[in-house]
Amino acid sequence: MSPTGSTLMVQAERVHKHFGLLKVLQGINLEVAPGDVMVIIGPSGSGKSTFLRCINHLEKIDGGRLSVDGELVGYRQRGEKIYELKDSEVCRKRAEIGMVFQRFNLFPHMTALDNVIEAPQRVRGESKETCTQRARELLERVGLSDKHAAYPSQLSGGQQQRVAIARALAMEPKLMLFDEPTSALDPELVGDVLDAMKQLAKDGMTMIVVTHEIGFAREVGDQLVFMDGGVVVERGEPRDVLANPQHERTKAFLSKVL
Amino acid sequence: MTQLEPDRTGTYEPAQVRAVPVRHPGRWVAAAVLLLLAAMAVHAVAFARIKRGNAMQTRFGWHVVGQFLLSHQVLDGVVVTLELTVIAMLIGIVGGVMLAVMRLSANPIVKWIAWGYIWFFRGTPVLVQLLFWFNLSYVFPRLALGIPFGPELLHLDTNRLITPFIAAFIGLGLNEAAYMSEIVRAGILSVDEGQAEAAQSLGMTRLLTMRRIVLPQAMRVIIPPTGNETISMLKTSSLASVITVTELLYSVQLIYAATYQIVPMLLVASLWYLIVTSVLTVGQYYVERYFGRGSSRALPLTPFQRFRRLIRLSHATVPAFGTPSPPMPPGGGRVNG
Repeated sequence: MSPTGSTLMVQAERVHKHFGLLKVLQGINLEVAPGDVMVIIGPSGSGKSTFLRCINHLEKIDGGRLSVDGELVGYRQRGEKIYELKDSEVCRKRAEIGMVFQRFNLFPHMTALDNVIEAPQRVRGESKETCTQRARELLERVGLSDKHAAYPSQLSGGQQQRVAIARALAMEPKLMLFDEPTSALDPELVGDVLDAMKQLAKDGMTMIVVTHEIGFAREVGDQLVFMDGGVVVERGEPRDVLANPQHERTKAFLSKVL
Repeated sequence: MTQLEPDRTGTYEPAQVRAVPVRHPGRWVAAAVLLLLAAMAVHAVAFARIKRGNAMQTRFGWHVVGQFLLSHQVLDGVVVTLELTVIAMLIGIVGGVMLAVMRLSANPIVKWIAWGYIWFFRGTPVLVQLLFWFNLSYVFPRLALGIPFGPELLHLDTNRLITPFIAAFIGLGLNEAAYMSEIVRAGILSVDEGQAEAAQSLGMTRLLTMRRIVLPQAMRVIIPPTGNETISMLKTSSLASVITVTELLYSVQLIYAATYQIVPMLLVASLWYLIVTSVLTVGQYYVERYFGRGSSRALPLTPFQRFRRLIRLSHATVPAFGTPSPPMPPGGGRVNG
């Protein structure tokens, strides 16, 4: 992915974000190396989702530096000066980052296959045949080879989320963001989605996952981050953090979710 | 995942409930009264005869209706009415989409221009607007194309350019755009914000997101009121009679000005408006079905499909229950939780 392997996939330095008077992120410092899986946990309102949305510029940051694969998010630096990127450039950057949402956000007027084909065909201008071919492979990879023609409303939540994962992968992203991908699912459907994500991690995808699935964090995560009140409270190897949390707030949170 | 069928094949079937049904005398009385009134109305409209001059005629003059319903003056009027409706609605829809997108723009000038346009065209009667367009030559005797405040490249005589027909569809269309824009805006706002976010996260531009993701979904909300507007436009186009466009109403007016058969000729016009409205209603049904695809509710069969199925079933021996339907997975039938 990066030519030297030393460039960080995501680097956040003192990232700040506020909505009006509400300070959501108050100095986030994080690094994700290529191929790593970072799992972010924390109570609701701690800024986890906002941080994810900042990474692909769905939200603008108000302070600090945030870069993906060595390039600033939403800006270009020339010497000392920082220039805002044009819309089209922002779009091109976003196309390299896949995102999976809590509420799937599949396009309801398209079949599962068309959902996966849409972006490669319209954004990257690839031929319909190439896109269809890859979409079929991706749907098979997430275990939905028999659901090509189904509309989202005819799929279960777990199936919809797996289509959403395939849709994001169709753009061949270098980074995948997961925003509580299993929180809207019935408990018995969570497993299939987690399995698809584990497979993805095994294939070497760089991933940032906001989740409440502690088991997933322990099994797949290279880094576990606990956020609260807009700051990173604690981070480290998942096993260490889970078994031996250092901060009171981490202990309090884990005692509730474990 | 296996699915359990509800147990329909149980061996035990309880005896059917036999009870004396509740009587509803009120319903019978209401039905009888309404039927009587309807019969009186039909009689008065269709059959009752009165003496006019030396002849006995139906009250509404149906023989005149029959004589003129398919006459070429009337048919020409119908064609002009349809042309006016179609062109004005096209202007209205295209203009409406543009205005709606302008009102949702981030540029304050663009937003306020659109707001001002809607404010003006919704705030004045369309009849007044039509008269304005008809009298455009009073304000601008010549229309010219050129550089703003600079030299003219091309100029035309307004009275020749703006015929009554052109004044009519411009007036009706621009007025319609103001109403359509609010309908389109409502449709756009009805689409979940997550849709635009998902599209953007895939790298789609705002324009592409609007065209491929938001507008197709907004159509489900936009179509029913647009059908309404089209039917409304069909009838509003009769206002063009005031500026001497020979559409349906003015055509029959021209006839009754010569024959004095006012009521029968108004009936002729009304019948044609009813016929076209009925056709439009059927068309709307099919357009709605097209844009409703993928919605959580299964599409009902069209009347035509239902008819074909009825024929098929009457030939087959299997009960209707056995027709295959796609199995719904658990938790299906819902979008976005």
